[in-house]
Amino acid sequence: MKRVYLDHASATPVREEVIEAMLPYFDRHFGNPSTVYDMGIKIKQVIEEQRAKVAKLISAKQQEIIFTSSGAEANNLAIKGVALARQKKGKHIIISAIEHHSVLNSARFFERIDFEVTFLPVDEYGLVDPGRLSGAIRSDTILVSIMHANNEIGTIQPISELSAICRDKGVLFHTDAVASVGNISVDVNALNVDLLSLSGVSIGAPKGIGVLYFRNNLRLMPLIHGGIQESGRRGGTENVPGIVGLGKASELALSELTDKIDYLQELRNLLVAGIQERIESVKLTGHPDRRLPGHASFCIEAIEGEALIYMLNQEGICANTGSACASKALKTSPVLVAIGTPPDLAQGSIVFTMDSSNKIEEIEYVLEKLCLAVEKLRSLSPLWRREEGK
Amino acid sequence: MKFVEKQPADDTLDLVCRMCPLHLLEPGDKLKCLKKGQVLEVLTDYDGALEDIPEWCQKYGQEFMGIEEDEDCYKLYIKKVK
Repeated sequence: MKRVYLDHASATPVREEVIEAMLPYFDRHFGNPSTVYDMGIKIKQVIEEQRAKVAKLISAKQQEIIFTSSGAEANNLAIKGVALARQKKGKHIIISAIEHHSVLNSARFFERIDFEVTFLPVDEYGLVDPGRLSGAIRSDTILVSIMHANNEIGTIQPISELSAICRDKGVLFHTDAVASVGNISVDVNALNVDLLSLSGVSIGAPKGIGVLYFRNNLRLMPLIHGGIQESGRRGGTENVPGIVGLGKASELALSELTDKIDYLQELRNLLVAGIQERIESVKLTGHPDRRLPGHASFCIEAIEGEALIYMLNQEGICANTGSACASKALKTSPVLVAIGTPPDLAQGSIVFTMDSSNKIEEIEYVLEKLCLAVEKLRSLSPLWRREEGK
Repeated sequence: MKFVEKQPADDTLDLVCRMCPLHLLEPGDKLKCLKKGQVLEVLTDYDGALEDIPEWCQKYGQEFMGIEEDEDCYKLYIKKVK
């Protein structure tokens, strides 16, 4: 059966060049990088070379990169590491209402241990209002975390404007850039952030590898205490193949970014226009312009998103109802709630995320099958009959 | 224990939140970047460093100048002598 994969926000395929780069580190170069004989020393050097490649992707310095097991761990390390290291200065954290669960639940964890958390609301497009952020910062605020781009609605936040407010007030700023790195230009200096998370799974590297960028040696309490790995900030023998894979994927992502953005915008615009023309009562979620180039998300009236995903799956199409982590919970997406989507409309959420490997013909195929699936589901829906009767 | 007050330093190594054995590895690397006679300030909240760093200085021929207790960490001063 034909397969069209439009769920790159959940996972990207591991690039062939990446697999090739990783393979020697499973067998020939298997040694422990912390050992002091040649084999270990060489592998340690390789890790540092990959650190430099990842740093280059986001315009950081090599020593500002910590390898983690995932974007979620990087987010945990940013929130928990800063909060624990700075708790004498204050116990107030600010996050937006549409953060990924790894940020949201890290912040909620601190509420249980005597911290206060402010959840900043967003507008109908998912944007944080800089004025509201400024008003929410208190003398005991130690950290603000606002994601760069949202994985469910594609909206890109005005991070440099938000981080400047924090910089002026002496508050650290973290951004979860898992959805944006590799899809748009991400420069830690232009964004003016103190911490930034990214994940290999978003850029053609394997699962099990992520990164936390931290500016200028700022203090972080490790989550995993251990040995000397990652300069004592994250214990545990390094995932050398994963790190090598991420280094290679970072190189490729940087060199291909400009062409990728142009191409993905073309695909996305085709999909968005096609859906809006062919399906009635459909709402594009997220910002119409300030959004990730390969991201198209909708709420379709009188449709159950899960049912639609299953029907598309039968045609070989992979899409999602929201974030991969939350879609199995069958709970209304907190992101859609935060942007003011009525609960019944939020049930009809569908998210398509594209990559350079997708073809225009695939978009045409998805449009055809999507229209048929929507028609079929609506023909069975009492809600839709009611809508039609109006 | 040797104490100092308001000791000026040419560079700072912040090891707060990081534990053993980082306090025995990173000062050596940092000192390589300093000139003879310059002073390195090491910030740490690890108690073991109070004994380990003076011993490390003796072992590697560097001068341990003393300790100052700060609000949330210890400051240890090492003069590069070789």
